[in-house]
Amino acid sequence: MRTKTTRLSAPAAAMALALVLSLGVAACGSSNDTTGESTAESEGGGGAIVSNPANGKVTLTIGSKNFAESEITGEIYAQALEAAGYTVKTDLSLGSETIALKTLKQGEISGYPEYTSTALESLFGLEPEEVPAEAQPAYEKAKAEFEKEGLTAFPPTPFSSANAVGTLKKTAEELDLKTISDLKGKSEELSLYGSPECRQRSDCLAGLEKFYGLKFKSFHPVDIGLRYTVLEKGQADLSILFTTDPQLSAESDKFVILEDDKEVFPAGNVIFVTDQSVAKEAGPDLEKTIVEVQKGLTLPVMQELNARAELEKEPAKKVAADYLKEAGYTG
Amino acid sequence: MADDALAKGGSGVSSTLPHLPAASFQTAIEFIFEAQPSNVTGGKLVGGLSQTIELAMTQLEVTVLALALSMVVALPVGLYLGHRGTGELLAVGLGHAGRAIPELALIAFMAAVIGVGTLNVTIALAVLGVPPILTNAFVGIRQVDRASVEAARGIGMTEAEVLSKVEVPLAIPTLMTGIRGATIAIVATATIAPLAGVLTLGDYIINENVYGEDGVVAGAIVVALMALGLELLLALLQRRLTSKGLKLSSA
Amino acid sequence: MSSWALPVAAAGELPPDFFQERTSETLPCQATSKLFCFDWARENIDRYGTPTVQHLKLVALAVLIGFAIAFTLALLAHRRRWLRAPLLAATGVLYTIPSVAFFFLLLPLTGRGVDTAVIALTAFNLQIIYRNTIVGLANVPSPVKDAARGMGLTDRQILWRVELPLASPEIIAGLRIATVSTVAIATLAKFAGGGGLGVPIFANGIDFKTNIIIAGGIAILMALSFDAILYGIQWRMTPWRRVAQA
Repeated sequence: MRTKTTRLSAPAAAMALALVLSLGVAACGSSNDTTGESTAESEGGGGAIVSNPANGKVTLTIGSKNFAESEITGEIYAQALEAAGYTVKTDLSLGSETIALKTLKQGEISGYPEYTSTALESLFGLEPEEVPAEAQPAYEKAKAEFEKEGLTAFPPTPFSSANAVGTLKKTAEELDLKTISDLKGKSEELSLYGSPECRQRSDCLAGLEKFYGLKFKSFHPVDIGLRYTVLEKGQADLSILFTTDPQLSAESDKFVILEDDKEVFPAGNVIFVTDQSVAKEAGPDLEKTIVEVQKGLTLPVMQELNARAELEKEPAKKVAADYLKEAGYTG
Repeated sequence: MADDALAKGGSGVSSTLPHLPAASFQTAIEFIFEAQPSNVTGGKLVGGLSQTIELAMTQLEVTVLALALSMVVALPVGLYLGHRGTGELLAVGLGHAGRAIPELALIAFMAAVIGVGTLNVTIALAVLGVPPILTNAFVGIRQVDRASVEAARGIGMTEAEVLSKVEVPLAIPTLMTGIRGATIAIVATATIAPLAGVLTLGDYIINENVYGEDGVVAGAIVVALMALGLELLLALLQRRLTSKGLKLSSA
Repeated sequence: MSSWALPVAAAGELPPDFFQERTSETLPCQATSKLFCFDWARENIDRYGTPTVQHLKLVALAVLIGFAIAFTLALLAHRRRWLRAPLLAATGVLYTIPSVAFFFLLLPLTGRGVDTAVIALTAFNLQIIYRNTIVGLANVPSPVKDAARGMGLTDRQILWRVELPLASPEIIAGLRIATVSTVAIATLAKFAGGGGLGVPIFANGIDFKTNIIIAGGIAILMALSFDAILYGIQWRMTPWRRVAQA
């Protein structure tokens, strides 16, 4: 006797459906790099940057380090280069300087914004006193070091930023702290919070221990984004901050930074680091665009942009686009 | 190997090869045992056996604490509800909902609300551990053969004795499965605890800029071994606690 | 060689209204540590669009591929009893290893990206589906199978027309658990460079509570929706269960 089936048995149907769906989803654009996105802003012209069609055949991937200021500068460069006619992708927030450099050397990105101070102290191992205080000498020294590695760097931004030891205003008043040297004798009772790589960097904990001779009760590594939260919540006595942080001006009644009287934390300007062969292939417009578009990045401007990103939580892309537009670079 | 020379942050011709594997399992295993100079200049040594053990101990500590906390909360509730036969919606529903909690969001939220530190991380992990233990305690007790329970009552056992001497021993397999599931979830989330300031083995994994790719793979290896080790331990414990009668009937 | 046209105002100078005065009292909700900022949420909800789609893709791929593999393994082990324990152990190992660790164990082999994330997520949900399928098939009452054999059905027909339909509640239950768990774990795909809802949690500030609530909330909603859908499928596929309840 033959049994008639009125419908395909359900599990078989389910399996077939599963296979078809999985093939479909897999085919629907499974790119290996979901963090790379095209900055698809095509400005209508009218800005200072003129699009050069010859640049269109060059594809550039712009990276950045993992904090707001770096992402903003990365986006500014990326969008400016796109306005100049390049095909641009972004791969921001890669990590700290060692990761960003490695990604650049491996050819996964075309370039990223670095700080002269970080490059000299962290990547090339110079001592703080060997880092020039002025922007141009620091840039030239960094560029010479990068060129030994087959990379190159473009001229610096007007603004510079440095690490700083920060604390709550009332803590500073209670313990009478104005400079970092004032911590001597008191730091053994205080906890310090910083980024994970801070332990090794001479413009961070390693430098505080070596050049200021300070010992802290404890060091806690936390994500850079938490540097103010840990102070506010009273968990950190001291925290590593940046001199360009918007919180320092907007919430100046809450936070203060201690003066770096021994000049262990050099200020660094931002330079765009790229591969020599990439620069050659991209032509002169690459350097020209970068140099022109960063002319507007003075300290007040950078602080304003940081404020928009970190306080108003605007995405770096929008902050950069607004800057380029209001400064007249894009239409 | 030439790969490793290029990878250890050394200067040289910039590589044009994408995806150059910088860490092999061999270099990662070396990292576990020998402290090495960090890729970040400053020369400080990272890795090595003592740091690895320290991070592993922290992870173990926080796992055990969280597991204990979730058991203290979940077992009484689950066993009681199961014994009484009420609250199925709560017990089973909680199990479902608990599975849906995204771990990264939980850790980040706890860190944002309470702050960074061991206590907060332990609470977050315990939150993840409660649902599987509660649900399995409930289901385990419910699945106990009613006849056995009635027989126990018949010979004069108090409710507490029925629960402890009859229901719980018979529910051990399901109970232990719940505890094992909770442990797996807790160990997995403890791995990202460094985001909330508690330095577990995840420190190696998340902070490649400090420990290099060797450290990352090393951290992954040790975490995997720890998780498997705990699971094995609990499986053996389950075998010992399961009464002979149950073992025979399920063979 | 391009030459640039300079606008009327020298490029690089910003209008004075570009700068805003900010003080502690005038900070917007998102700069404070308030629990949830409704205005910000309403205006910025579109930031979560791409991560949500990425998350869906990750889960779909991981669960479908995981189902295909685990289901096949279970069918193999159903006939050959000696396979059951080893396969259970093997999938168990994959389940026990924390996903974050798995991502980075794969790193030397497959690099960063969606592929690595999907492989690790798939490995994670193999055991759940495998175990439920095996148990479901094993729980089919022998009298039913005997009756089917008596009616002249071959082994293969028994599998597809009798055993699997009867096991489907258990199988779908396994699929439900696997899907919900995968949605939760996929927030970690960010560490493998695979995108997903873990990305906005970091991107918009790791201590920005509104952001965490939104990203986490979307993930939880996604998980519960999948759960509900699969429960509906389970319900439809087992009409005999419904009759028993009615």
